[in-house]
Amino acid sequence: MNAPANKFAAYICSGCGLGDVLKVAGLEKVAKTEGKMAVIKTHPFLCNAEGVKMIQDDIANDGVTHLCIAACSRRAKTEAFSFPTVAVARANLREGVTWIVAEGADHDEVRQEMAEDYIRMACAEVKKLILPAGNKKESSSKKILVVGGGMSGMTAAQAAADAGYEVVLVEKTGALGGFANQMWKRMPFNAPHAEAQPTGAVELAAQVSANPKIKVYLNSTVAETAGAPGRFAIKIAQESGSISEELCGAIVQASGFSTYDIAKLPELGGGQQNVVDQAGLEALAKAANGGPIKRADGKEVSSVVFVQCAGQRDDSGTHLPYCSGHCCGTSIKQAMYFKDQNPDIDTVVMYDDLRVPGMGEDFYRSAQTKGVIFTKGKASKVTGGDSCNVTFKDLILNEENTIPADLVVLATGQVPNAGVELDEWNATATAADSGDAAAIEKKTALQKISVLNMNYRQGPDLPQLKYGFADSHFICFPYETRRTGIYAAGPMRRPMDMHQATEDAVGATMKAIQAAENASLGRAAHPRAWDLSFPKARLEGCTQCKRCTVECPFGAIDEDEKRFPLFNEERCRRCGTCMGACPVRVISFENYSCDSVGMQVKAVNVPDEEDEKPRILILACENDAYPALDMAGMQRLTYSAFVRVIPVRCLGSVNTVWITDALGAGYDGVMMMGCQKGDNYQCHFVKGSEMAYYRLSKIGDTLKGMGLEPERMQTYEIAITDAARVAKLINEYVEQLNEMGPSPMKGFG
Amino acid sequence: MTASIATNQTILVVGGGIAGMTAALEAAECGKQVILVEKSPTLGGRTSMLYRYFPKMCFPTCGLEINLRRLRGNPNVRVMSMTEVAAVTGSRGDYNVTLKVQPRFINENCTACGDCGKAVSAEVPNVANYGLDKIKAAYLPHGMAYPQRYVIDPSIVGTPDGEAAKAACKFDAVDLGMQEETIEIKAGSVVWATGWRPYDANKIQPYGYDRYANVITSLEFERLCDPQGPTGGKVLRPSDGKEAKNIAFIQCAGSRDENHLRHCSRICCMATLKQTQYVREAAGEDAKSTVYYIDIRVIDRLEDFYQNVQKDPNVSFVKSKVARIALNEENNSPILHGVDTEGYHRYATEHDLVVLAVGMEPEVVGVQLPEDIVLDSSNFIEGSKSGGMFGAGSAASPLDVNRAVQSATAAAMRSVQVIHKTASTEAA
Repeated sequence: MNAPANKFAAYICSGCGLGDVLKVAGLEKVAKTEGKMAVIKTHPFLCNAEGVKMIQDDIANDGVTHLCIAACSRRAKTEAFSFPTVAVARANLREGVTWIVAEGADHDEVRQEMAEDYIRMACAEVKKLILPAGNKKESSSKKILVVGGGMSGMTAAQAAADAGYEVVLVEKTGALGGFANQMWKRMPFNAPHAEAQPTGAVELAAQVSANPKIKVYLNSTVAETAGAPGRFAIKIAQESGSISEELCGAIVQASGFSTYDIAKLPELGGGQQNVVDQAGLEALAKAANGGPIKRADGKEVSSVVFVQCAGQRDDSGTHLPYCSGHCCGTSIKQAMYFKDQNPDIDTVVMYDDLRVPGMGEDFYRSAQTKGVIFTKGKASKVTGGDSCNVTFKDLILNEENTIPADLVVLATGQVPNAGVELDEWNATATAADSGDAAAIEKKTALQKISVLNMNYRQGPDLPQLKYGFADSHFICFPYETRRTGIYAAGPMRRPMDMHQATEDAVGATMKAIQAAENASLGRAAHPRAWDLSFPKARLEGCTQCKRCTVECPFGAIDEDEKRFPLFNEERCRRCGTCMGACPVRVISFENYSCDSVGMQVKAVNVPDEEDEKPRILILACENDAYPALDMAGMQRLTYSAFVRVIPVRCLGSVNTVWITDALGAGYDGVMMMGCQKGDNYQCHFVKGSEMAYYRLSKIGDTLKGMGLEPERMQTYEIAITDAARVAKLINEYVEQLNEMGPSPMKGFG
Repeated sequence: MTASIATNQTILVVGGGIAGMTAALEAAECGKQVILVEKSPTLGGRTSMLYRYFPKMCFPTCGLEINLRRLRGNPNVRVMSMTEVAAVTGSRGDYNVTLKVQPRFINENCTACGDCGKAVSAEVPNVANYGLDKIKAAYLPHGMAYPQRYVIDPSIVGTPDGEAAKAACKFDAVDLGMQEETIEIKAGSVVWATGWRPYDANKIQPYGYDRYANVITSLEFERLCDPQGPTGGKVLRPSDGKEAKNIAFIQCAGSRDENHLRHCSRICCMATLKQTQYVREAAGEDAKSTVYYIDIRVIDRLEDFYQNVQKDPNVSFVKSKVARIALNEENNSPILHGVDTEGYHRYATEHDLVVLAVGMEPEVVGVQLPEDIVLDSSNFIEGSKSGGMFGAGSAASPLDVNRAVQSATAAAMRSVQVIHKTASTEAA
């Protein structure tokens, strides 16, 4: 079947005052003679039902396949101008021209030139757009792999099964239940938040084991994770040595935590007799089974001190720097174990800040009612033995003090089991590949720690955020990981109690089933879930430089056996970082490519030197800088009409050829506007803006070679709130360029 | 956004703040049909009224932009603004919902060009700034408002101002005859993401919020520090417009107190630590923040933020529940009285401005929860007896943004389970 011929149409809106301050006839002429549009129509109110119907009719009856809509910003009237069966480019004449160019006849000429350029750019862009057809996969798996059979993992498995999904659950030990199996009781999940509750782990394990949708592998680990969302090929190593294979659509990793080793806390009595951690106390309570809690030596405990933050919140660099969140509540619960059995037992909780947020306050009150004593103090020394002593500074009385106790409980923290740290892995793997014997040994050791054993080029586990937790860096998107289709849940994501962990597992399962569904439809995952495009590479032009495989923030690109990049489209988030990285420009998306932007850069009419009208190209991150520019327009701030703005998916997608082409064609300057980088980065493609800055730091030599000042290319960190600042920065830069004088490249372009 | 007809396989999400938007989007991106109702004219909720988030000090509107883009690109979600749920009957998998839609007096023809706003002279309190300043009575709620459509305040309907707005509109978007509408829909599951509100500071009488101009709430302080706020980002004293440099933060204002809110509101410690950094941003080395607290509750890696603030020589911490606030009549500065429990010293300390870190309680204005809903001792939503309705975000617990989104994602999952069961029962 022959594809229908492309037919290009431009629709120009003269509403919202556009027709009052722009010469619409001039715009039409540009669209026709330079934009080569086959259909050109102007409407006084393009976004209303009649205007939209006009466009729809042209698509249905007149064979229009590509639209250039010259009206408001692409962020406005998005629903009205949604034509899913054709390719659409938007020329921003309202927020981008009439609302930001100073009013008055003095500015008529530059305003008109700006609008005409945006028409040229949109016409140039739309010719390079292909409507993505998507890549539906009938064979795609929607089965959910859950790694870890503790409370989080069991909850995730049950949640997926309850929504109709098949589940494979892999647990390394011989039983489901995880840490909960070691616990006597848990903190309450519901009102009245007054009493410790049974954990429910046994019942949940029975439910999960009996569920026909859930296949449980005990005594098993994940030996290899290959593939991508919708087609994860999982090798499961069983105790017998046999390997099972499962095809899965998405993964919930709930690999739990370990307790911080109390042997590392000798000053607090770690390792001494009758000094235990919270897990140790759970074991004693479980053994007591509701009767008097006895020490290891069999003596009934009549006094107990809980030392909070043991080896936690430590700023010396020796122990855990963070707060594990659950330990105050856990100690309260454990103090109740004693008080509930015998109210005469002395229970002291020694704390710095008592952290029981939310309804934990009621649990705290309940403990106070039961007679648990809370002392604000900092323990400096604990001695174990038959009679333990806790030496501490009483922070209320401001004095040193000592209390004796039969038993001391150290509230140590949670250490995540998130797998290997990737920087360490990659350094080790590189050294091992070059034959370093120690590195080879270390690599083998690391492989044992790995949870997922992914065969991805960028390493075997989820990237970790901080302190070993595989948490998201984003406030608004707590489940974002940098490996598409793999979601972290429970205390390996961030330290948490059981209630939070089970909630967390339910949310992570939502993300996992969503990833499996979208992979089957050929759609991207967050944040571009609607996007059906995926990167395509002309491998015949590839020089195997590996920049795309290294720079992809999501580990989407591996290498094939001939060392060419191997794109796993289901892992891809469509940020375009690979496209920006490619020095030979062989990577493109159907709806976003070196050409679709490059042709816009070239379409701009660059005036001659004597016109004294500089041209500045702005490449703006579409999520933050571009909205800031729009909001400058909405607030009717003014900025120079000499700039031409092109929104980009991420600064990481910027290919330096756009910059050198622009400067080569006589543009006087280029402004790159991306998100904040560094530790508190705000880039939603993680490394995009960082990569862009790195690449651009190397462009100076190229500019020098062209005989250009390095100041002709500037980078800016722009936040979405920077409407006023962005207008000011533009005006200042135009001023700076005016002082520098016109680009020496003018006339050579 | 399509005008999809709701069925018993539709998920209704009540509340268009970050939790509601998240619940709606997560379910919709999984292929489910969702109706998202929001009582105010715009989505975004209280997070869009925050200046920055902790701990990254990034801007809430950045995530809002992403969520709005997800929404615009998703035909599975239908957004209804100015809409409240009046009643829910039925049971899990088969709810009948009555929606009440308030008149916006602006129809979908609106292009947000702003001509009506220019034509109107009356002003109304600006909700986006907690009423600290005024806005034209024909207005766009804020720069990120969605739907991107103006609103006409009912107070000018039937006045010459209303007519002026109508006359100014070139697109016939002003419809002053709009009436409240009642709509009945079906839904299989309901997510209540109705959010929170600040505890009424007037009820904490010893702090004199109702009497002293220079005692404000943490929410108001958020607006004062925001360049988009009423003072353009300057921390000015309400009494005299002078720059405030010596600022007190009182923690647990209403929280952890059986006379007020019995729960801990969780977010206030980090919010205050964040706000001490606003003070530094606004007034530099001259700034001085004093935090009066019972316990500093910052959990997990947020501890890093606390440790950094502790190193800031311009921020000090006093472990004390402030007993009362008096006024220095000469300069209108509040004087804090209490006992520092670390060492038991009495103090009477004067500050330029006092910020009450007010607690979170469940929003009740415009929220009529069905009888089926199960509440905890502070009226947060635990779930429903019939098992088809769920709380999400700060309607379910006092949560920070990150945890509210986590909670909303879990609520979406539970609704998807209900829809799955409804669908498979019907197919059987």
